[in-house]
Amino acid sequence: MKARVYVSYKETVLDPQGKTVCSALQSLGYTDIVDVRQGKFFEITLKDGADPAGARKQIEEAAHEVLANPVIEEYRVEFLD
Amino acid sequence: MKFGVVVFPGSNCDHDAWYSVTANLGEQAVFLWHDDPHLGDVDAVILPGGFSYGDYLRCGAIAKFSPVMSAVKKFAAEGGLVLGICNGFQILVESGLLPGALVRNRNLKFICRHVPLRVETTNSPFTSAAEKGQVLRLPIAHGEGCYVADERTLDELEAEDRVAFRYLENVNGSQRSIAGILNRGRNVLGMMPHPERATDPLMGSTDGLAIFRSMVAAMATQP
Amino acid sequence: MSEITPEIIEAHQLTPEEYERIVALLGREPTLTELGIFSVMWSEHCSYKSSRLHLKKLPTSGPRVLQGPGENAGVIDIGGGWAVAFKIESHNHPSFIEPFQGAATGVGGILRDIFTMGARPIAVMDALRFGPLDDPEAGPRNRRILEGVVGGIAHYGNCFGVPTVGGETVFDECYNGNPLVNVFALGVFKQDEIFLARACGLGNPVIYVGAKTGRDGIHGASMASAEFTEDSKQKRPNVQVGDPFLEKLLLEACLEAMKTGAIVGIQDMGAAGLTCSTCEMGSRGGTGVEIDLQYVPQRETGMTPYEIMLSESQERMLLVVEKGREQEVFDVFKKWGLDAVAIGHVTGDGMLRVKDHGKVVAEIPSRALADEAPLYDRPHDVPPYRTAPMEAPEFSSQDLDADLVTLATSGDLCSKRWIWEQYDYMVRTNTVRGPGGDAAVIRIKEAGVSIAMSLDGNERYCYLDPREGAKLIVAECCRNLATVGALPVAATNNLNFGNPERPEIMAQLVESIEGLGEACRFFETPITGGNVSLYNETLGEPIRPSPVVGIVGLMETGLPVATEFPEAGLSVVLVGGLGEADETRFGGTQYAKAVLKKLWGLPPALNMEFERRVQAAVREIVRTGLAESAHDLSGGGLAMALAECSFGPSAAGAEIRLDSPLRPELLLFHEGPSRVLVSTAQVDEVRRIAEKHGVPAPVIGATVAGRLTIENRGVRLIDQDVRRLREQWEEALPSKLGAHVAV
Repeated sequence: MKARVYVSYKETVLDPQGKTVCSALQSLGYTDIVDVRQGKFFEITLKDGADPAGARKQIEEAAHEVLANPVIEEYRVEFLD
Repeated sequence: MKFGVVVFPGSNCDHDAWYSVTANLGEQAVFLWHDDPHLGDVDAVILPGGFSYGDYLRCGAIAKFSPVMSAVKKFAAEGGLVLGICNGFQILVESGLLPGALVRNRNLKFICRHVPLRVETTNSPFTSAAEKGQVLRLPIAHGEGCYVADERTLDELEAEDRVAFRYLENVNGSQRSIAGILNRGRNVLGMMPHPERATDPLMGSTDGLAIFRSMVAAMATQP
Repeated sequence: MSEITPEIIEAHQLTPEEYERIVALLGREPTLTELGIFSVMWSEHCSYKSSRLHLKKLPTSGPRVLQGPGENAGVIDIGGGWAVAFKIESHNHPSFIEPFQGAATGVGGILRDIFTMGARPIAVMDALRFGPLDDPEAGPRNRRILEGVVGGIAHYGNCFGVPTVGGETVFDECYNGNPLVNVFALGVFKQDEIFLARACGLGNPVIYVGAKTGRDGIHGASMASAEFTEDSKQKRPNVQVGDPFLEKLLLEACLEAMKTGAIVGIQDMGAAGLTCSTCEMGSRGGTGVEIDLQYVPQRETGMTPYEIMLSESQERMLLVVEKGREQEVFDVFKKWGLDAVAIGHVTGDGMLRVKDHGKVVAEIPSRALADEAPLYDRPHDVPPYRTAPMEAPEFSSQDLDADLVTLATSGDLCSKRWIWEQYDYMVRTNTVRGPGGDAAVIRIKEAGVSIAMSLDGNERYCYLDPREGAKLIVAECCRNLATVGALPVAATNNLNFGNPERPEIMAQLVESIEGLGEACRFFETPITGGNVSLYNETLGEPIRPSPVVGIVGLMETGLPVATEFPEAGLSVVLVGGLGEADETRFGGTQYAKAVLKKLWGLPPALNMEFERRVQAAVREIVRTGLAESAHDLSGGGLAMALAECSFGPSAAGAEIRLDSPLRPELLLFHEGPSRVLVSTAQVDEVRRIAEKHGVPAPVIGATVAGRLTIENRGVRLIDQDVRRLREQWEEALPSKLGAHVAV
């Protein structure tokens, strides 16, 4: 089983990197682009035969406690079977 | 001799390069604005250190699209001397003027300190005034200075005598301790250490002068 | 208009009396937007309402002071038509909530204060305070905070391109829930290019430049004035993210725009954002400012006037420009890719008038906000808070060598290389002496002089005696400057204390301010600005009184004298002599803290008059080139200073022979001030200068290769291999941090 965790700044928090990348893209002629948000992506492999419920709980907790900084970031978890 | 120092948004060693060339080397220097596709009558180009575009996305990844960079590529293709220091080295590899890539230091931290470097070749317009095997003491100041390339590229760099400098202590985890490399034409040098920060005794070292003096000598013999 | 309930007033941290005052000043009930504006302007952070009365006791003028407190930074004359602007600011609370961004935006804020005045920032230093890294409970969190804070400072300063050249880091349990991040910055400019934060000239446009406004840090200014409770978790989403790249562009654009001559006044938007900048510029200019929020660049949709006025989004500035010359300014900002928009104009009626699409949403006399904030004479007629006993405990060392190792590897005294190597301390190639010594030295290429800087604090001394502690801090700062040959000329301070509504805490604050005033007057280092950070308490547990002082000195540019012994075969002279000590005055030392793990008695005794003579002697010895190295004695006393002198690249130690009646622990480790270790090949000349200043300067030994030995009256007290000791000193901090890696 694998899980994917996507971490990015909360919508209300300034994302300097995304903003700079966005204006670079626009100046290169990608004029349909209006906003860019940049984040981190983690692909996590779980032990074979791990209890699915327990594993989900572990990933959720890891995302909240370690991978994301809940003060300024939000995250989304996807599980792939 | 006239050096052109490119200013990208976020360059912050541009003035240091200008100061070294003018005050400590006694040569001329002008600033070249990133948005201007003309280099004017400069004899050599310096891509200075700093954080062009904040180093956002990847170091040097946005700067490589600047109008000035198309001019620099043309200048290099015609044999002009281009020295990329720190962020300038990162821009050179992102632009494809030099092979490989620069990634985060092995310890994942920014490192600022003087380090000893060994001059690996004197067969270049940047190192001719040094001795082969000479140890230069130059500052590094970077978070992403770990040089990586595939084995074939590394073998090729060595076979073609294009490794200009190696770290004596491999502070950032660079493959084969590489600190600076030349292009195939030997007229483009990228290096992570800062020679412009070692050009007068008050900076704690004058070892960087060897590199600039080599460039001046090379330009003087050019037609 | 009866939307203001007592709950809303309380949520804005205004007292019922303060609310009455607002109603009286306005002659009516405020709107919610107006209440928000008052709450940030009248917060402790912006108004200094608890400390203002006492800050007036500080000396603020002197022959070199061009600008004292009241502007964004103090300015002093360094000669040749050049000047430096400098100041210190705290970002304590934000750094606890989000260490990386809190520290980063702290650096950003103080840098803007400097370049708002027209000066280019050329140096930063930091005073950091954390809980112990090996604390059984709070250790992991303390390590995370340290890593985050250091990373944030590095991220912002390195990218912006200002060297971080020094500072200090102290660990104490009192900072477990309340770390301190105080950032000092200094910039250089020509004396005739100083810009002030004033809105002058009726009808002149008010221009907004820099980042767009988002819902960042709304109520940050009031947050920095309240104790942390469980509730503050609710405030967490309001942390700002810094953008050092944008700030670098803002710096270059502002300095270039200033050169056009079209800028009349300029103010950065820091705490309390647009509110603070508009009303302070109006108040200082004796004018009014009218703005319309529809023109303010916004990052998010649907922001209310309340949110726009109170947003603390970073990297923004407000300019007042000569009417008709807007385009010149717009062109410069466009060149640097920045937003610049006229949002209003200067008026003559003294009002801060805020419109939203033409409709007035707030209308307040600027002076009421900026200058008529409440002023409290908080009770302080009790002894300053302390629980430490006066009497010394019984103690007797089993192994003095082991004690020295304990000190050299303690959090406060171990090498901080792990921290400062993450900072670019060389960018701009002005750093003549960087981190790790007594004082940092930056050359001013244009002016031909150098600036020496020292940042110091001592919460143990100040806890035992806030007045004497503050004086000792000033003395140490000045002494640090003397060891590099600089003459101290001006100071800035950051007063970090607990809750001023508690009389015993207020007493600490008042005593410290008076001590600072006395010492700064004596050493002729007027305080040209600073910052007060109160309510540094978590769940009722206050920090120890932690005034931090930064002092700036002047010297000729030249190769600096070393801190460490450069070679074997030199004489070691202790300028100032062995000093006096007793067990009561040993209770605040690093030995008491790190070895005995106790705190008692009083701080070391300071004789300011003697201190001044020692400094004059050392300055002369260094300036005449007689010293091969110079290092002042501070934490860990004589033995630790000798060890530090032995940690140079030459690995030269010393063979020391003393003749003192003091018991060994006191002799080796007491922290009596007014002492500097000098190594020299010209002993007679050094002693002649010391004698001229009436200062004892015994030769206590000689430098030798590789070993540090100390004996007193024939008894060997210390015997160390300096390379081994240095290794332990260097490794201490990385090993305390362990394998912890931040994501």
